[in-house]
This record gives sequence, C-alpha cells and structure tokens, in this order.
Amino acid sequence: MNSDLALLSLVIWTPIIGGLLILAIGSGGDGKGTGAKWLALLVSVAAFLLSVPLYTDFDTTTHLMQFEEMMPWIEAGKVTVNYHIGVDGFSMPLILLTTFATVIVVIAGWEVIEVKPAQYMAAFLIMEGAMNGVFASLDAMLFYVFWEAMLIPMFIVIGIWGGPRRVYATLKFFLYTFFGSVFMLVALIYLFFQTGNFEILAMHGVKIGLDAQILIFFAFLIAFAVKVPMWPVHTWLPDAHVEAPTGGSVILAAIMLKLGAYGFLRFSLPITPDASAALDWLMILLSLVAVAYIGFVAIVQNDMKKLIAYSSIAHMGFVTLGFFIAFAIYRNTGSFSGAAMGIEGGIVQMVSHGFISGAMFLCVGVMYDRVHSREIAAYGGVIHTMPKFGAFFVLFAMANAGLPGTSGFVGEFMVILASFKANFWFAFIAATTLILGAAYTLWMIKRVVYGPVANDNVAKLTDINGREFLFLSVLALMVLLFGIWPAPLLEVMHASVEHLLQHIAISKL
Amino acid sequence: MTESLHNILVAIVLAPLIGSILAGLFAGPLGRKGAHTVTIVGVAIACLLSMYVFKRIAIDEIGVFNQTIYTWLKSDGISFEVGFLVDNLTAMMMVVVTFVSLMVHVYTIGYMSHDEENWPEGSGAGVNSYQRFFSYISLFTFSMLMLVMANNFMQLFFGWEAVGLVSYLLIGFWSVRETAVFANLKAFLVNRVGDFGFILGIAGVLMYFNTLDYASVFAVAEQHKDLTMNIWGDEQWSVMTVICILLFIGAMGKSAQVPLHVWLPDSMEGPTPISALIHAATMVTAGIYMVARMSPLYELSETALTFVMIIGALTAFFMGLLGLIQNDIKRVVAYSTLSQLGYMTVALGVSAYAAGVFHLMTHAFFKALLFLGAGSVIIAMHHDQDMRNMGGLRKYMPWTWGTSLVGSLALIGAPGFAGYYSKDSIIMAVGASHLPYADLVYVMVLAGVFITALYSFRMYFLVFHGEPRMDEHTKEHLHECPRVVTWPLIALAVPSVAAGAVFVSSMPFGDFFDGAIKVAHEHDTLAHVGEHFHGWFSMFLHGFVALPTWLAAAGVGTAYYLYMKRPDIPAMIERKLSLVHWVLDNKYGFDAFNQGVIAAASRGLGRFLWKVSDLLLIDGLVVNGSAKSVGLLAAVTRHLQSGYLYHYAFVMIVGLLALFGIFILQ
Repeated sequence: MNSDLALLSLVIWTPIIGGLLILAIGSGGDGKGTGAKWLALLVSVAAFLLSVPLYTDFDTTTHLMQFEEMMPWIEAGKVTVNYHIGVDGFSMPLILLTTFATVIVVIAGWEVIEVKPAQYMAAFLIMEGAMNGVFASLDAMLFYVFWEAMLIPMFIVIGIWGGPRRVYATLKFFLYTFFGSVFMLVALIYLFFQTGNFEILAMHGVKIGLDAQILIFFAFLIAFAVKVPMWPVHTWLPDAHVEAPTGGSVILAAIMLKLGAYGFLRFSLPITPDASAALDWLMILLSLVAVAYIGFVAIVQNDMKKLIAYSSIAHMGFVTLGFFIAFAIYRNTGSFSGAAMGIEGGIVQMVSHGFISGAMFLCVGVMYDRVHSREIAAYGGVIHTMPKFGAFFVLFAMANAGLPGTSGFVGEFMVILASFKANFWFAFIAATTLILGAAYTLWMIKRVVYGPVANDNVAKLTDINGREFLFLSVLALMVLLFGIWPAPLLEVMHASVEHLLQHIAISKL
Repeated sequence: MTESLHNILVAIVLAPLIGSILAGLFAGPLGRKGAHTVTIVGVAIACLLSMYVFKRIAIDEIGVFNQTIYTWLKSDGISFEVGFLVDNLTAMMMVVVTFVSLMVHVYTIGYMSHDEENWPEGSGAGVNSYQRFFSYISLFTFSMLMLVMANNFMQLFFGWEAVGLVSYLLIGFWSVRETAVFANLKAFLVNRVGDFGFILGIAGVLMYFNTLDYASVFAVAEQHKDLTMNIWGDEQWSVMTVICILLFIGAMGKSAQVPLHVWLPDSMEGPTPISALIHAATMVTAGIYMVARMSPLYELSETALTFVMIIGALTAFFMGLLGLIQNDIKRVVAYSTLSQLGYMTVALGVSAYAAGVFHLMTHAFFKALLFLGAGSVIIAMHHDQDMRNMGGLRKYMPWTWGTSLVGSLALIGAPGFAGYYSKDSIIMAVGASHLPYADLVYVMVLAGVFITALYSFRMYFLVFHGEPRMDEHTKEHLHECPRVVTWPLIALAVPSVAAGAVFVSSMPFGDFFDGAIKVAHEHDTLAHVGEHFHGWFSMFLHGFVALPTWLAAAGVGTAYYLYMKRPDIPAMIERKLSLVHWVLDNKYGFDAFNQGVIAAASRGLGRFLWKVSDLLLIDGLVVNGSAKSVGLLAAVTRHLQSGYLYHYAFVMIVGLLALFGIFILQ
C-alpha cells in the first residue's frame, strides 16, 4: 500500500531533515530565530499532515503490518540489519500522537524560548523523527538506534533550556534510561542468535525455553519500566519534569513515557509470553503500586510540575495494568474474554494521557512564563486575573481526574472493568484512582485557581494570548472528542489486539 | 411511532446543552438578556417535549422506547452505547427535572441580578458571571437528563459524574470565597468515594452479565441469583449482594446517605437556585432513581435491601435531628433534604420503590419550593441567612409566605398535601415489611415525622411570624421579590399541593411503574398496603385519624409553643442538655473525623512514601548511592572525559561498530 510514496519514511525523515536544516540556518543575526521558527512550524505541520493518511488509509481489518518499507541497511557476513518499517494498530495511533504533539510544542515554544530558539526547535523536530522511527521500526537494531537517538535531543533540551538543577536532572534522566536500554540491547543480541536476524516479527515466532524467556523478560522490563516509568525506577521523572522546559515536559509526558509501554506490546508480551504469564503478578503489583502509592505521593507535592509528573506515573500504571491482566483473567475465568478490553484500555490511556498530561504541563508553563514559579503556594485565585486560562486548566484537571466525557475516563474505565474479571482486589485498588486522582488534581486546582487573589504576582497576571488560546483549545477539543466518541480510536487497534492475544495464548515452550 | 420519539428525545437533551454552550462560550456578545433567553428557551423546549413524551408514554401507552443513539466504543465484543430508555419511570423523571429546572432558570433572573456585588472589584471571573451561571444550570439539566434517560450503565455513570461536575462548579461558583471552594472540593471528593463503589458495581455487572445494557441485564438477572464470588478467604458472597451494595455506595454519595452525607450541608455555599435544583430536587435524588431502576437486581438480595433500609433510616432520623439546631435558613432546609432522602432510601429498602420514587417527585416540587422561598427571604434580607435576625416577614412578603407555608405543610405531610400521600405510603410500607430490623426502622421513620414537623415549623415561625428582629436598615427595605421570583414559587406550589392526590392511585398503589420497577412477590409491601387503599379521598380522610398526622401536628404544636410562646425554653434545653447539643452542634463528629483522621492520614501517608521511600531509599540510597560509587571510580578515569556530548556520541558509535565487528568476525 502506497509503497511508491514511502509515506512512513517521510513521516520519520521530514522532521529530521527539517531539524538539520534549521540547525544549519541557525537563529539568524538577531538571535530571535524568526525564520527558524516558521520553518519549524512548517515542518511539524507537514509531518503531521503526512501522518494523517496513516490513519485515513489504515486497514482496520488486519493485524498485518501496513505502509511497510523494507530495504537492506547493513549487510556484513551473517549480520543483516534492515531498514524495515511498518505500522499496525499499536504503533499507528502513537505516531499520530507524536506528530500532533510536536506541532503543539513548536507553537508553545514560539515566544517563550529566548535562548537559541533555532536549536530548540531543531531538537524537537529531530526527536520527533526519532520517536516516529521507534514506533515504526520492525527491525530490532533499527529500533534500538532510534531508541537511543531520541535520548540525545531530550538530553540536550533539558540540559540547555532547563531549570537551575538541569544538569543533575538531565544526567539522571540519561543514565537511568541508558542503563535500562543496555539490557535491552543484550536481549536483542541474544534473540538475534536465536532467529538469525533482527526482524522483530521473526522474534515473535521463535521458540524459547522458560528460563531464557524469564531472563529476556527482565532485560526488557528494565529498559521499558524505566521509560514508563514504573515503581521503583520512577524517580528520574519528577526531577526531569521539574527541570525541563515546558516543551520538554510535554514531549516527555506525552510521547516518551509511551515508548516503554509500547515496548511491552511489541517485545515483552509476544516474545516472552510464558515469562509474561509467569511474572504477570509482578507487573500487576507494580502497576497497582503506581496507582495507589504514587497517588498518595502526588497529593502532598508542593511543586505543580512534580505533582503532574507523579500523576503521570499513576496514570501509566493503568496502561501496564491493562496490558498484563490478560493471564490473570484467564486463570480466574477460564477464558481471555475481557483481556482485549484491558489491552485496548491501556492503549487508549496512552493516547489520552498524551493529550491530558501535555495540556497540564502547558498550563503550568503558561503560569510559569508569567510568574516564574511552579510552587502551588505562589498562586491562588488565578481565575480572577486569568478567567479563560482558569477554564482550560479546570477542564484539563477534570480530564486528569478521569471525568466521563473527557478522554481521561475511557482508558481507566476499560481497565477497571477488565481488571474486575481478573480479581476483585485489582479493580478495587485501581478504582482508588477515582478518589486519589480527584484529590491530588482538584486540591491543586483549589489552591491555585480558586480562592481570593493571593498576592501581587497573581494580581498582575494577564490572561492567555491568542497563541496560548490556540494550543490549549486544540488540546481541549481532542480531550473532549475522544471522551465523547472514542470509537474511531478503538477501531484501529482491534485486529492487532486480537492477534496479540491469540499469539500469547499459545505457549512457546 | 418510535422513530418520531427518537428525534424528540434527542432534541430534549440537546436543547439545554446548546443553550448552555451558547451562554457559556458567547457570554460577552449575548449579554445577560441573551444568555438567560437562550438557556430558558432551551430548557422550556426540553420541558414541553418531556411533557409530550410523558403523555405519549405514560398516558397513551405507546410502549417503552429503548434505542441506541450512537456507539460510544466497541471493545472485546462488548458495545458501549449512548442510548435512551424511556418508560413511565423515565418520563416522570424527565418532567420533574425539566419543570423544576425551568422554574429555577426563571427564578435565577431575579436571584442573580446583582451578582456583580458578589465579586471583588476587577475580578475577571466576576465578568459575565451571570451568563456563566445560566450556562451551568443548563449544562446540569442536560447531564441530569442523560442520567435518567440512559439505557445502560456506562451512560448512567457518565450522567452521574457529569451532574457531579456541575455540582462542583456551582458550589464553588463564588470562587472568591474560601468556604465555597472548600465545600466544592469536599463535595467532589465525597462523591468520588461513592463513585468508587459505583464503578466497581458496574464492573461486576459487566463481569457477570457481559453487557451493560439495562434490558439485557434485567432479562437474565433472575438466573444469576445463586451465583457466588470469592472476595476474601474462602467465604463465598452472593454476586447480587456484592453488586447491589457496590452500586448503592454510589447512591450513598450522590444521594447523601450516612456516612457520605457530609458534603450536602456544605454545598449550601452555592447560590440558592442551585441548592433548590441540584441539592434538593434533582441531582441528589439520582441515587434513589438508580436503585429504583435497578430493582430487578435489588430484589434478588435481601441482604442488600436490608443494608439500604438501615442506611436510609439512619439518615432519615439522625439528619432530621440536626435540622433542629441550625440557625442558617438554608441549612435547615438542607438537613431536611437529607432526612427526606433517608425516607426515600428506606422505601427502596422495603421494596416500596414506587413509593420512594413517588416521594422523590413530590419532594422535588415542595423542596424546590422551600429552597426558592428561602432564597426569596435571603434576597429580601440582603443575603443574611441567619433566622435569628428574621421574624415577622409574613407582612412584607405575602407570596413568599404563602407558598412557603404550602411547602412546609407538604413537607410535614399534612393531609391532602402532596407530601402526605408519598410519605404516608412509605411509612405504611415499612410497617408491612418483613425484613430484619424493619420494626426498629418503623419507629425511626415515625419519630422522624415529629422531628420533621418540629424543625420545619421552627423555621416557619422564626422567619415569618413573631416580631421582626432584623436591623432597621434591612427592615425599611423589606419588600416582596419581583415576579420572576414569585411566579416560580406559585408554579411550584401547585404541584406541591396537587401532585399527591393526582398520582397516588397510579404511582404507589397502581400499575404506573409496572415494567419499569420489579418487585418480588414476597417483598411486595405496597401491594399489601394497597389492599386497604380506596382512592385518594379516602386516604385523605384517613389522614385525620392516622398516627403520622398526629405526630406531625404535635411537632407543629411543639414548634409553636417553643418558638412563639416560650422562646426561653429552647435556650434552657440547650443548657440542660449541653452534651446532646454539643454532639448535634458537631454533627456527630463526621467532619472532624474526615478532616482529622482520613484526610490527615492520607497526607501523612503520602508524605511518608514521598520523603522516606522515594527520596531517602530509592533516590538517596540506590540511585545517588550508586552514582556516588561510580563517581569514585570516575574520579580516577575522569581525565578521559571531555564533557562534550559529541565525544560521547562518537564513542557510542565506535562501540556499536566494535560490537558488530565482533559478530562479523565470528
């Protein structure tokens, strides 16, 4: 399909080449980088438009890879690495999310970034291309290269445009994730010896003994759990978010966290189904810890970005819970009925969290740009000076608290319904998010948005401008659209989820 | 036939939604008049069409409407849909909701006309607050309609949470007031505790029925009667009991039943029109409606029914007592609402669903009336709500006085008034119940009648009779409110009198709810009571010799004696029974417990997990600890490191190439 157009390659390489071009142009003589910004906007919009046909031309009836492209990349003796890309129902929505989020980030950084604006924009575009590459890769080595490549722009974004403790944060971020991915590399090399190539789909089919599966499972787990992040390897995230510039936080929360979850779907479950079945208790436990433990931690945060970061971890707990309850459902009910709802709920939660957490970080960014504080205590009564902004912030907060009618509800609802089939107590702990999520989000809203005007800084605030209104309203529309009518998002993933479930139901032993 | 209803039903929900969106998003261009016009027109359309639907469904009996509007999503072979189920129960609810909402919309024109005075100078949130208020109450009407018209649990939950959202926005409407934004957070969180149980109940329904569609679930409910599930240890629980209790926890939140009632008195921080609409007439009755709708499930679990009955009785009795000592006029009405919700819940527990829903309807009229009457008094009193500063308002506000008297008589169940028929049906049904503890509950609901009459007429006498106690300035400006305020009062007074006599022979003692509400033969208390029912007039006459009426009369008499003749006695009682008064004054300690124990413990746990587990153990010991040991090593090798990223990237690539090289050479 569309093989002559190489659409997927365009989605990957357009932003990368655009980003390099912007680097070449630089910020211009005045250092404002006006040209670079417009070019960045053009490139990001182009990449988004190029990615739209991935959805509109997507064949929802098959689990097979679509928009596939394949050519040899490295051929040396026994080792073949192919430039093999394609998308299915798991990766396609995430690519669209990436191209969408990048447009938002470019607009959001427009006036705000004063230092090296061209390089800032370029970093995000290159990162976009690399992240698209991760989602599209069907060759494990290609996947690994993109996986590592996207770290570098993010490392730079935090390290250059970050807050006062940016060096600590960015090193922590880099080392944590790099530490994780080394284990993945070892696992991939092991799998290469089993299959003779780096084709991910071939790895799905290869038979592996339980001991080896468990080792591979843990290798992947370390890589992906850091990214998601799952307890107890989550502590880099609050630091990274706090120090990252707004755009960095948005991409980090909206896309990068999803890469880990995506890895579970693409690697862990299909390659090591027996280990996944044997260790699902661990995954479920860590997911529930994320929901409840992190929920309590989020309540007492004083820094808005930290609060939203912890809230992200709690929300990602639903993703991993949804992915790994399949086996428990089977053990409890004797069938996989309900497992698809868990996995699909997890994927919906990934997409929805992309919008909502992105929007929440942008909201904090809007206030930070004016007051230069992220402390909850530095605000109060913002609604009186920024009524339009307040309306958006409350809307996104409600979405973050999982209110029906917003996208935040859909995934959580599906995962709670599915986990009831596995075990009453899984659903019980997962459902505490209704209380905890509302508590930490709305308590923050109470202290920041409502009440009398707290101080002079708040009294001097000016409401959002047209540019800010634009990106907040676009996100608001997405959040409401997928809340009111999530069916189009669900349709694209049915075939892939069903196939995955059929695949993991068969033991590899 | 059903096709034409389809479009009408869609119009009923969309009309208020469109009004709300217009008034909310185009507040500036529309102005005040434009905003209240579009929202009132929207709700009026919904109300008229609802009446039409009521006529078609309930009177012409064209049959139940049950159709999907659109598919929300499909997953795992299960279709989650947005659709409408309209039978007699729904049709009644639709008329009640839209009618009360319409009255409240009109009333709001008067109540909020000086809203700019409630905002600090220069507050951006105070700009167009009038339009925003109309937008919210229309949004509420939409949400409530979605809730009552749902034909499946998913949409029920959607409406359930959406009304909670609007309630949150409206309690905190005057967002400059710390008390208001405290109250709205509290309301939302307490409701979320209920929703926590509710969503688990829904998940249970999905697990055992594999569908969320009402009709499909109810059709096979009977077959699931003996299913059991394992929750803890080896003990087997009846699935129906578990599901029903979980769903009822949701109802306890929304319908403010003990111990999740704590948010409702505080919700009085919101403007009075919404206290009438949301926190008295409609939203808080959602839990009652839900349980009545789920009667095919509840009938399968006597354990759940008993639980429902006891919670209801506790609420009816103990919340009524709190009404006795309130001085804020709105809080009296609020505790009265809690107590009446308790009555409805008791009715559900004894399987007298029809009586509970009947009381829901009559209560919606007279309680909205009482609240709006209180609001009218508050307007006249320049937003002083303390009854100790009122008195003698009868002379100044004849319409408010007359209609409030009607509302109070309906509330205490004076024979002939609407509340008499509905409340007496409930009390008789409790008397006929064979559930465990039904005898005790019967005593509690009877005692509640006396208490209700006492606090209602305490309020009535303190506000409308006796000597005026307000300051001279307020007294000079006392006058009846404009017609946008008094006309809704009159319009609500009519059904407060008549709705009981008109519907008593069809609703509790007829076949009006047949098909919508299902009662097992052995639980059918209303049928038992109905054997002695011979029409509304005979029931009216019987009222004069029935015990509840005399209890109510005793309550009125006691109120008259205590607050008109011997006002020194209440003060003396307060002194003599200081311990009782202290307990009541602290509302049995629920608030103190929630604040001091639950909220504090949550924050403490959060702080412990954050500071000790996250920061000290994970970050301090593991992450930075390993970093430090690496640091020691690095101190030796640091001169190899340039600090330039491209050097590292270069090394990485070289490393990768080397790795490949090893494989290739193998």
